[in-house]
Amino acid sequence: MEYFLTEQQKTLKSLARRIAEERVLPVRAELDEKEEFPHAIMKDLADSDLFRIIIPEKYDGLGGGSLDLCLVVEELSRVCSAIAVSYAATALGAYAILLYGSEEQKKKYLPQIAGGKLAAFGLTEPTAGSDASNIKTTAQKTAEGYVLNGTKQFITNGGEADIYTIIALTDKTKGARGASAFIVEKGTPGFTFGKKEKKMGIRASSTRELIFRNCLVPAENLVSREGMGFIIVMRVLDYSRPGIGAQAVGIAQGALEAAVDYTRQRIQFGRPLISLPVVQYKLAEMALQTEAARALVYAVAKTVDSGAKSFTEEAAMAKVFASDVAMKVTTDAVQACGGAGYMRDYPVEKMMRDAKITQIYEGSNEVLRNAIAIELRKRKGKRE
Amino acid sequence: MNIVVCLKQVPGTTEVKIDPKTNTLIRQGIKNIVNPFDTYALEEGVRLKERFTGKVTALSMGPPQAIEMLRDAISVGADDAILLSDVAFAGSDTWATAYTLGKAVEKIKTCDLVICGRQTIDGDTGQVGPELAEMLGVPFISYVSKVEEISSGVMCVHRMVEDGYETIEATLPAVITVVKEINTPRLPSLRGMTRAKSAQIPTWTAQDIGIEKEKAGLAGSATQVVKVFFPQRTHHAEMLKGDPETQVSALIEKLREAKLV
Repeated sequence: MEYFLTEQQKTLKSLARRIAEERVLPVRAELDEKEEFPHAIMKDLADSDLFRIIIPEKYDGLGGGSLDLCLVVEELSRVCSAIAVSYAATALGAYAILLYGSEEQKKKYLPQIAGGKLAAFGLTEPTAGSDASNIKTTAQKTAEGYVLNGTKQFITNGGEADIYTIIALTDKTKGARGASAFIVEKGTPGFTFGKKEKKMGIRASSTRELIFRNCLVPAENLVSREGMGFIIVMRVLDYSRPGIGAQAVGIAQGALEAAVDYTRQRIQFGRPLISLPVVQYKLAEMALQTEAARALVYAVAKTVDSGAKSFTEEAAMAKVFASDVAMKVTTDAVQACGGAGYMRDYPVEKMMRDAKITQIYEGSNEVLRNAIAIELRKRKGKRE
Repeated sequence: MNIVVCLKQVPGTTEVKIDPKTNTLIRQGIKNIVNPFDTYALEEGVRLKERFTGKVTALSMGPPQAIEMLRDAISVGADDAILLSDVAFAGSDTWATAYTLGKAVEKIKTCDLVICGRQTIDGDTGQVGPELAEMLGVPFISYVSKVEEISSGVMCVHRMVEDGYETIEATLPAVITVVKEINTPRLPSLRGMTRAKSAQIPTWTAQDIGIEKEKAGLAGSATQVVKVFFPQRTHHAEMLKGDPETQVSALIEKLREAKLV
């Protein structure tokens, strides 16, 4: 398929593939088994400048966009999506600073992220998942700055990241309108890490609780102004969702390749499985679903890069469609590989476990279908 | 510190076929790669530059297409690159190669250290490094597995030997060859790849480095390849029969006959 990638995009795609195949592939099963964070691979990604992609050139970045990021995430996910999400979560943490940070905040933090320091985004809490407005973490303004209290849950890169964007209530009486975003550095007194989650998939990535107990954050670390928290959240997630779509496309692609590889070699009834019509239809369906998801994700990423003002609906579509495809394709890949596919010696069962989270995080597919419906209602179903 | 790293393009396989008529390698259909040992030399050059500041120049003698390998060298950290290419260089043995590389190093002038891989995977001689040092009249250390320190014009390195390593000091300028244990070569960076794409890589001819034609290439080579052949594979095996005890007795008898026990 011709997606009209630029020379630079082809270059970063091939570099990401090389890193995935040379550095990630030999260790992915072990990292998954041991639930071990991929520090060495994060360093490889940093040394190869991949953390610079979405950072503007004036902050030591490469000034790339959403499609550039999606291409890298897809290539990494094709081999191991736990590594891809550890990489992509840094972009999620960086977007708040990139889109809403002051010049001083950008100057201080973006070059660090470009150089490979990991970032994270802290929104979810025990009482606030899909109902994100129900957060309880507070930020009390004092003469010295803001004092944060509360617990964030299921935070990707928790404990591993150096720079955190945290959403907390500066005015409890205003609900969602009383939320604000803060940059909190690892090591700030009063900021500690709680339980490391044991997950079904993406097991090499770190998912932890962030605990704030009278954690004093300097006033200059407030992003934008008080009350902007949820506007920032919505916008940041609009930017990051094509990346989850790309992650899902990468998982599906990896599973498709593994299934084709296996069914070409596996002899049953005297011939390779791939020569059986029932297997062929399954593989064909997997291929067309994956390509359709890729086309949608790239189109949405290009929409983001075009400077479109609003793309909430499109970003949601890319994430929902691609993640549903990843779940279906990986499930079918396990089925196509039969008993072998169910074993941990083969990569497809890991891909199936990894695919599930893409339907859940960064807005569950149910919440996002709801968001699409709201937009649909607004535009009366019409398209220009 | 100015470092020159020597690189060679080699066929990307260890199973090359030989043309029985010309006794040369059949290169058609085989992708060229950078000699794997040279990638460790380049990585060490870049690491030494990062440790002690300075500049890394990648140097190769080869056909015009070797320029792509030199671009790759820039993408992983070399500051610049020079290709030595001239029909006069064709057919060089290790002597003529070392002579040509030496002349180029002399032209570069400000060179404190030359790093080569321990050997190439096509010629496998391991001679170019030491010959180059001899021709430049500078110290030489082979099989370097670690560079401990470089200060006040003296370098201290570990040289790998069969049952451990030796610690050796040498004054600079010097030539070293490195083993794969010395480092893990990095992957290219996006900024390096961008720099490599637009880098100007000069090609120096025999005339540019002041080489007389009779000292270069085949004419300047002290060795001539008369014949290349694969040793014949033979299978001489004798199967011992009987139960295990009989087999063991027969084996001991055989070993005694051969005076091995």
